[in-house]
Amino acid sequence: MRLGHILSETGSALRRNSTMVVSIIVTMWVSLSLFGAGLLVAQQVDLLKGRWYDKVEISVFLCTPDTVGDNCAAGQGVTDTQKATIQQTLESDPNVSRIYYESKQEAYDAFLADYRDGPLKDALTVDQMQDSFRVKLVDPEQYRSVVAEVAGLPGVQNVQDLREYFDPLFHWLGIAQWSAIGTSVLLLVAAALQIGNTIRLAVFSRRREIGIMRLVGASNAYITWPFLLETLVAGLAGAGLACATLAAGASALLPGNSEVSMQTLPWIGWPEVGSAMLGLVIVAILLSIVPTLIATHRHLRT
Amino acid sequence: MTSVRTPPSDPIIRFDNVSKKYPGQQRAALRNVSVDIDPGEFVFLVGRSGSGKSTFVRLILRELRPTRGTVQVEGRDIAALPSWRVPGVRRRIGTVFQDFRLLPNRTVWDNVAFALQVTGYRRREIREMVPEALDLVGLADKSGRLTDELSGGEQQRVAIARAFVNRPRILIADEPTGNLDPATSVGIMKVLDRINRHETTVVMATHDSTIVDQMRKRVIELEDGDLVRDQGKGVYGTQA
Repeated sequence: MRLGHILSETGSALRRNSTMVVSIIVTMWVSLSLFGAGLLVAQQVDLLKGRWYDKVEISVFLCTPDTVGDNCAAGQGVTDTQKATIQQTLESDPNVSRIYYESKQEAYDAFLADYRDGPLKDALTVDQMQDSFRVKLVDPEQYRSVVAEVAGLPGVQNVQDLREYFDPLFHWLGIAQWSAIGTSVLLLVAAALQIGNTIRLAVFSRRREIGIMRLVGASNAYITWPFLLETLVAGLAGAGLACATLAAGASALLPGNSEVSMQTLPWIGWPEVGSAMLGLVIVAILLSIVPTLIATHRHLRT
Repeated sequence: MTSVRTPPSDPIIRFDNVSKKYPGQQRAALRNVSVDIDPGEFVFLVGRSGSGKSTFVRLILRELRPTRGTVQVEGRDIAALPSWRVPGVRRRIGTVFQDFRLLPNRTVWDNVAFALQVTGYRRREIREMVPEALDLVGLADKSGRLTDELSGGEQQRVAIARAFVNRPRILIADEPTGNLDPATSVGIMKVLDRINRHETTVVMATHDSTIVDQMRKRVIELEDGDLVRDQGKGVYGTQA
């Protein structure tokens, strides 16, 4: 009986406030979709960073008689002493996890392997290649210190770090990700305020009924339930639409298994989309319940 | 240590040296009021506007807490009750007001049943209890009418039926005849008297001297927050 009465009260409240309920649903939908998109971009960026930083290493190219550079003596290649110093410097750095030496010949062989069938394969000779140290780091984020340490050593022609190329990309991806999350948080705050105001108005318009309920001894929980259910229905409807939007976006943007061209990049999959949806639903529930409890609390103090 | 339970003969409402001062007000709304009301009594609470009648009533309902002293209802200090237990107290006290406080656009039946629905009664119980209450107030034949189609006296009867439908031990009526003509008021008083005969304690705050003089019940008079008279079978005006 009580549950039936609570549900019928909730139903009539939803009908009575239909325009406000629709506006809550739309606000929740847009803000939660943005929030979910922000979460997915964040996960994608983390994944890319993890994979790329893992693969990327620092290459310390050494001088040859033909190369020009601040640390190269004109017409001379790197000496064995210089090589030893460079290797020693790298080995003594605690952030360096592994070093291996790639000779000209090995570099040439690798080049030939990469461009086996290409027109470039005859364009280079072994002597045009450079000896180099390939360095793996313990913490790839800390590459700058290692680069700075060896870049000035005699015999080092150039230090190349692919992170230098990736960093601007990640920088912009980071900005995009935080803009999406920041905007969605603002929208979510607006949604919470909107819910609070809607419930305040609903409580005000039902003040006679609430007064009678209190008079005859209805519990505060009983009085609050229809309001909570009303906002929960609206919030979850918004969350449902946002989940559908995320799913549609994900199925349009995430590459399928057949799309081999995209498989060179790591992509987030449905498990990540699923966890973002779960996040949306939790945020929607909190955003519905908390403002409603705050808005009704003042009217129910005894 | 054993818990002490109030024997049935103890007062159902006890004001023990109760003072109430509203925040920001110089003068107390009630000052050192001590009064016992026994089960089954009919008590008129009289006094001019601002004398403290409504404060007295609101203290019984735990809408207010006393600044000093204790208010006991059925042996319990209700100011000390945690707020989640207050609804339980209110279920045992029926209340009627001057402005009826009915739900418009709902039938007489709905209004009376509402009090039972929101406090968890089953449909079957509601079907039994509502007709009894409507019968008691003489509205059995109007249960399907909308409340705003009824006269003032009939609306007040609906309010009384709602207050009494779950057979509370106490009925508080704050100026129940304040909006009614004398003839209608007499009808309302008959209903309240009938309820009192069901062993429900009735506390009625009123300005209506005719009714008080006719009923010859106990009269408690307040003046500027002081209890100035407590008289069995009294009349409205102060006795010399």
